[in-house]
Amino acid sequence: MWNRRKEEENTTPKPASAPPTSSELAKEGIPMSTLPSRPTVSEPHHEPHRGGQAALGKSVIVKGQIFSREDLTIDGEVEGTVELQEHRLTVGPNGKVVASVKAREVVVLGTIHGNVETSDKIEIRKDAKLVGDIRTTRIVIEDGAYFKGNIDIVRAEAPRQSAQPTPKQQQPAAAAAAQAQAAPAMVGDHKR
Amino acid sequence: MTISASKNSSETRQSHGLDQFCSSLEERAGLSILDLAGASQATVTFLTNYGHRLYSDDFLHMLDQSFGDGDFYENQSNPLKTGPFLDAALNFEANQFDGALVWDTLQFVTGPLLQTVVQKLHHVLRPGASLLAFFNAEERADSIPTYSYRISDHRTIQLVPRGRRKPAQFFNNRSLENLFKDFESVKFFLTRDHLREVIVRR
Repeated sequence: MWNRRKEEENTTPKPASAPPTSSELAKEGIPMSTLPSRPTVSEPHHEPHRGGQAALGKSVIVKGQIFSREDLTIDGEVEGTVELQEHRLTVGPNGKVVASVKAREVVVLGTIHGNVETSDKIEIRKDAKLVGDIRTTRIVIEDGAYFKGNIDIVRAEAPRQSAQPTPKQQQPAAAAAAQAQAAPAMVGDHKR
Repeated sequence: MTISASKNSSETRQSHGLDQFCSSLEERAGLSILDLAGASQATVTFLTNYGHRLYSDDFLHMLDQSFGDGDFYENQSNPLKTGPFLDAALNFEANQFDGALVWDTLQFVTGPLLQTVVQKLHHVLRPGASLLAFFNAEERADSIPTYSYRISDHRTIQLVPRGRRKPAQFFNNRSLENLFKDFESVKFFLTRDHLREVIVRR
């Protein structure tokens, strides 16, 4: 009997890495975890197949095609093509992308050499560099960013007709006041 | 012309030249505009609100990168430096643009290179297209202020200072007519702050 009981205890499945229960920890008294302490605030749950976040670190070099179904941050070097269908690409401060890029949204803090097409928005942040043509619906360019290339803003036809302001209407009141004093001292017109 | 300083050390000025330039943009949407001041949110928003396409580049930055190492103006007559510069700058197909915002950049190009740059501008602009350029009218100025130009509205420009530079040469009306001799017409607006605003019609 004694032997049988010992065998039953030994065959009880117990994973070696199973976390200790709170009662066990209380018995031990000393926490044994070697993991870094985590904040108790609940973190967003990352689901890789439902819009998670992938990242290429600054020491990573990729040559070829990148196709991602989740947001992607590139802080390394990429040469080829980058396509993120309905997701956001962030080129980090160390990122160097020599590629054509297609994404829903692109945020540039590093460098892109290549054409960029977004279905939503592109942001070129301070100290970022983009050389290539942009096709987008919205663009944000911060002071200190360097851009060389075409900007083609794609808009829905209906809003453009109604929302497009006539230039004269855009004139602010302050500018209008200043304009009153702004007569040219001399005008010359030379036609050939 | 009126200049006023704003909070962030930039200035605004009223520009009859810009007003004239913009009047040519109202005719139809979908024009291609060349802006050599470097990309800025204000200009991009203003021009794309018309439904136009914008090609943006920072011409002064290009000049600095190509000729900034050593004597800036002497380098501009060095074929080893002008060749790569001309390969990269204004390298577009003929008749590609309906307007060019050149701002004050031509003041910092000298000699044969200036002629070549103006020829290239003539080449890339469609017949009837407008070009807006600024030239300082102070004949004895050793250095002149440079700015990053941003369009606030059809006649208001925001000027963000970029330091002072020695101009390559002084331009009067005669020399400007000569510079743009291949163009259809040249119209001057001499402002009270010693600036010639020039509208050139291709």
